[in-house]
Amino acid sequence: MSTTNNPVLDAQNISVVFGGLVAVNDVSFTIPEGSIVSLIGPNGAGKTTFFNVLTGLYQPTSGDVFFDGDNITGRAPHKISSGGLARTFQNIRLFGMMTAQENVMVAMHSKMKAGVWATTFRTKKQKREEAEAREFAQELLDFVGIGKTTHEYARNLSYGDQRRLEVARALALRPKVVLLDEPTAGMNPNESAAFVEFVRRLRTERGVSVLLIEHDMSVVMQVSERITVLDQGQKIAEGSPSEIKNNPRVIEAYLGKSGSEASQNVN
Amino acid sequence: MAETTKAAAPAHTENSNKKWAIGFLTVVLAIYAINKFYIPTAPAQVKTFFNAWFSLTSMGEIMIYILMALGLNIVVGYAGLLDLGYVAFWALGGYVAGWLMSGQFDQWQINFFGNPPAGLPNGIHLNFLLVLVLGGVFTAIWGVIIGAPTLRLKSDYLALVTLGFGEIIPQIMVNGEDIGGFNLTNGTKGINPVDNIKLFGHEFGPFQLADKFLIYASLAGLMIFFSLRLRDGRLGRAWLAIREDELAASMMGVPLMRTKLASYAVGATAGGVGGVAFATLIGGVYAERFNFQVSIIILSMVVLGGMGNVWGVLVGATLLAWVNNTGLVQFGNIINSATGKNIDFPSFNFLIFGVLLILMMLYRREGFLPEARVRLIMHEEEFSDVAVVTDDIEVEGVHHHEHN
Repeated sequence: MSTTNNPVLDAQNISVVFGGLVAVNDVSFTIPEGSIVSLIGPNGAGKTTFFNVLTGLYQPTSGDVFFDGDNITGRAPHKISSGGLARTFQNIRLFGMMTAQENVMVAMHSKMKAGVWATTFRTKKQKREEAEAREFAQELLDFVGIGKTTHEYARNLSYGDQRRLEVARALALRPKVVLLDEPTAGMNPNESAAFVEFVRRLRTERGVSVLLIEHDMSVVMQVSERITVLDQGQKIAEGSPSEIKNNPRVIEAYLGKSGSEASQNVN
Repeated sequence: MAETTKAAAPAHTENSNKKWAIGFLTVVLAIYAINKFYIPTAPAQVKTFFNAWFSLTSMGEIMIYILMALGLNIVVGYAGLLDLGYVAFWALGGYVAGWLMSGQFDQWQINFFGNPPAGLPNGIHLNFLLVLVLGGVFTAIWGVIIGAPTLRLKSDYLALVTLGFGEIIPQIMVNGEDIGGFNLTNGTKGINPVDNIKLFGHEFGPFQLADKFLIYASLAGLMIFFSLRLRDGRLGRAWLAIREDELAASMMGVPLMRTKLASYAVGATAGGVGGVAFATLIGGVYAERFNFQVSIIILSMVVLGGMGNVWGVLVGATLLAWVNNTGLVQFGNIINSATGKNIDFPSFNFLIFGVLLILMMLYRREGFLPEARVRLIMHEEEFSDVAVVTDDIEVEGVHHHEHN
């Protein structure tokens, strides 16, 4: 099984403390190479905080993050992302007044070389680099299914297309791992179902491992190989979808104590 | 469809760039031709009219302002960093010309393809083109020196620190008469005369204003070219991305500090080149000309014309520079002679600019000629705004961290 693969991302004993608030408490977490894993938990469980630690936005109060064998704890966000750890945002953060193509090309910045002179005088190298970047951008836009929006401003795209554009932009980093922060928020059930297929394509066609933060349980259960559950900053469960589904602590976290008893009575 | 989607940019922007470039070139050549070939033989009335309303000195000044406004546009318009001390770079460039093209350092006698005044070989006299390059390099280095500690600041604080630098550097020039016994800047008396420009064996002094105008116009043209090309490339995209969403840009692998510094350095270079050019235009460098108001005028040019749009900034710079150096005086004279009053109109320039800016902010925030994308955001209520339908609960944490 893929879970026995080497971890491409390995977070060890991460804690994050904001003032007196322990947002994440001693959480260890791995993403095996080539897998699709999910991080779930009630609102305020510390999922996004944990995400922000992985991508370098927050410094963990203690603990280490290893990515692809390197310790990336405390490394600048742009170095982590250009190193192959890409993300999308829960609240879409596109460059609204840039075209879809430009949005994707921004993410290729670290892989491109042209400086002030090459850009001004359009050297052969620069032209080739730009042409390749445009082609790759188009490939990614096609991949996420918005190939016709190339020259439209991101803010004019529909909500669903904006979500897709965020994924295309993340893929432009040529990542090993893509972190998707609540990608189905605002989608209807049909779109969510299509999204499950899309995440699988991400792995098979783009060769990336995927970490999902997701509230839509049907999506999580269908697509994940492993699920980690956070509650109040702590990891309360980890395992396959069927294990998680029947874990009393998880049910308790989501439905409360009486809820968990009720659900046991039903069973 | 496949062909059109692979084009570098939407075709309409390429086309409009071409139109504007041809327009700029035509106007410049027309001004040059009129002054070079028509005015010398024209009737006295025509001469007086042109001298009063479209003097070549003011036209040259406009070109230099275009150059500098476009430089500031890279910082403010492209990268979205508010710089209130741009005059510092103008001053530094001016003094590079003062140091390297005059008798200021008369303890030395250096002449490298320069043009010392007849009989006064003392001082440093380098070639104008070389000084342009050195002025640009010197200010670029200062841009990085000033930028490195300040660009980490969030926008409001950055504006305040740049404001400080804009005050400090001219003040150093004012007080630079005696730095441990060394006369660096000649204090408030300034450095003059600055050598006449000499290129390819031709000298361009105070009487070859038409040719000098053409030189300054070429510099402005070069900056237009730079601005357009840079915007379409890797750096330009990174700048716009930072302007749009700094955090997202860094999450997409854009190194914030280095990219911001690049915008600062390019902007500073334009300021420095403008400073050198201006010193040769007026034949001297005077510390008191480099005051805070200049920073504000240049910023107004960028805002008024339409932040981020090269052609908008060009129009803004032309209008404001002309109103400032010619329009106010001339209209003032007309009004004074018609009403029999004696109002000093040029002294009202900041009242007028201030009112103009307030009106702009109230009624046309995107500037006269905005970039298409800026027009979009300024009138966002007119568009169906889908991006608002998001969940902001955990964003608070992100912002919280940014300020730490």
